[in-house]
Amino acid sequence: MINLKAKWAAGPYIVWMILFTIIPMLMILYYAFTDNNGAFTFENMVSAWDYVPTLIRSIWLALIATVICLIMAFPFAYSISRKPMSKQKMFVMLVMLPMWMNFLLRTHALAQLFEDNGIINTVLQSIGIGRIQMMGTEFAVVVGMVYNFLPFMILPLYSIMTKIDQSLVESAHDLGANNIQVLFKILIPLSVPGIVSGITMVFVPAVSTFVISKFLGGTDFYLIGDAIEAQILGNSYNLHTGSATSLILMVIVIITMLIFSRIDTEEVEETLA
Amino acid sequence: MSKNTKFFTTIYNIFIMMFFYSPIALVMVYSFNSSKGFEWTGFTTNWYVELFNDELIMSSLLNTLLLAAIASVFSTILGTLAALGVYSLKSKKLKTTIKTVTNIPLLSPEIVTGVSLMLLFTAARISTGWVSLIIAHISFCVPSVFLSILPKLRQINRDMYSAALDLGCNTRQAFTKVIIPEILPGILTGFLMALTYSIDDFIISYFTAGNLQTLSITIYSMTRRRISPKINALSTLMFLLVFIILLISNVYAIRKERAKEIKISQNLKNSI
Repeated sequence: MINLKAKWAAGPYIVWMILFTIIPMLMILYYAFTDNNGAFTFENMVSAWDYVPTLIRSIWLALIATVICLIMAFPFAYSISRKPMSKQKMFVMLVMLPMWMNFLLRTHALAQLFEDNGIINTVLQSIGIGRIQMMGTEFAVVVGMVYNFLPFMILPLYSIMTKIDQSLVESAHDLGANNIQVLFKILIPLSVPGIVSGITMVFVPAVSTFVISKFLGGTDFYLIGDAIEAQILGNSYNLHTGSATSLILMVIVIITMLIFSRIDTEEVEETLA
Repeated sequence: MSKNTKFFTTIYNIFIMMFFYSPIALVMVYSFNSSKGFEWTGFTTNWYVELFNDELIMSSLLNTLLLAAIASVFSTILGTLAALGVYSLKSKKLKTTIKTVTNIPLLSPEIVTGVSLMLLFTAARISTGWVSLIIAHISFCVPSVFLSILPKLRQINRDMYSAALDLGCNTRQAFTKVIIPEILPGILTGFLMALTYSIDDFIISYFTAGNLQTLSITIYSMTRRRISPKINALSTLMFLLVFIILLISNVYAIRKERAKEIKISQNLKNSI
């Protein structure tokens, strides 16, 4: 440790984080439990209770999207982690490229595929299946989540998988393990840290989204993010219920994190290192 | 790997790439379509002309760039100071607390961060617009800067610093000649992260911008529930821009690596 004698330099950051991170979070708590006159009340939590079905729907769709991302990303990440270095770099770049494009533009691009007279429906009709209503369905919203957040699953999985020694897989095969045994006894256990961070990185933005549901779900499609947006900025303006709903969402996210932080990832990382 | 598995892996990887790129490719094609609909009616570059003549898009682009520049410079200064300060702190408890608080904006859903800041600005009667947006953007950028510099500080060899002092540097010189060059890559990474986060952000800006239009907010109001060919032209340009930047940085990295490999092999030859 070098003695820089620069303790003072942490001061501005501490002040900043108190003012613009901690206090704002406390504001949510304050607004959630007070009425317009600043008196303590449980009323907001009671009215936020009406959004429980919406909340359950959001969690359900985000869970489906997360599972699909995991299933899609796992073989892909593994196969690129076994490629020569230059090819790995190319694939990582190809995964990051759409991620760096604006999120709204990506969702807008996807929406054009799903339009009633869009390209998918045109193809379906020309091969005789006929048009299918996709816009406004849960299917479209889940695909939207997967499309936007799949890179967040691929990248952490890939970066942990590059550390898995190929000879480990080979020796397992030599000792008579089949592919499925290798998958469940070696690849999945050693990828746990990547799986854990991938799941949180997909689930948190998916469960709280309001853009994907607006772009792909249409007017009647309501997720918990839409509810918060409508209460804070939109037509059901009420900062107090909005805060109560945000608080509930935050609690859901914290619970998810707590569940996953119980999984011991350090041990795996030490083994791999 | 057997031939069969190899074949299926290739097919699967192509499928993933198609999933990522077919919507983008489609948008690129549509951006040259002369009609607003989905049927191809002929080639045109009109949407690009209209895009550049759209005052709202152009002014919001300018706002976005200006905001990103201000927010990332401030975040870099604040984050660098923070990393140096936290590194010098002796109290373990304070260090862990600061790191925990740093994680709050990184882990909480963006919508919650947006709402929380919006409540603060309302309660403190800070008018929404430039001031609120700059504060909001610094708040979500600064943790990444801080976290990209702190590990660099830990990696510094303490002997280098004491050697500089032994060789006659005063602490200020040792700081600028040893510490700063060592953490510079971290500062740069942090700055670039802040820049891209700020340019890319929609959700937090949406809650804190008031009437100010950033590019993301303009795109949102233009695309909500309707398709706009102008936006397709914008998407095409953005995609190409990101593609070129990534390509350049990748080629640069690969070249650097090759140069390193050549050097190592030459050294090997010489030693033999």
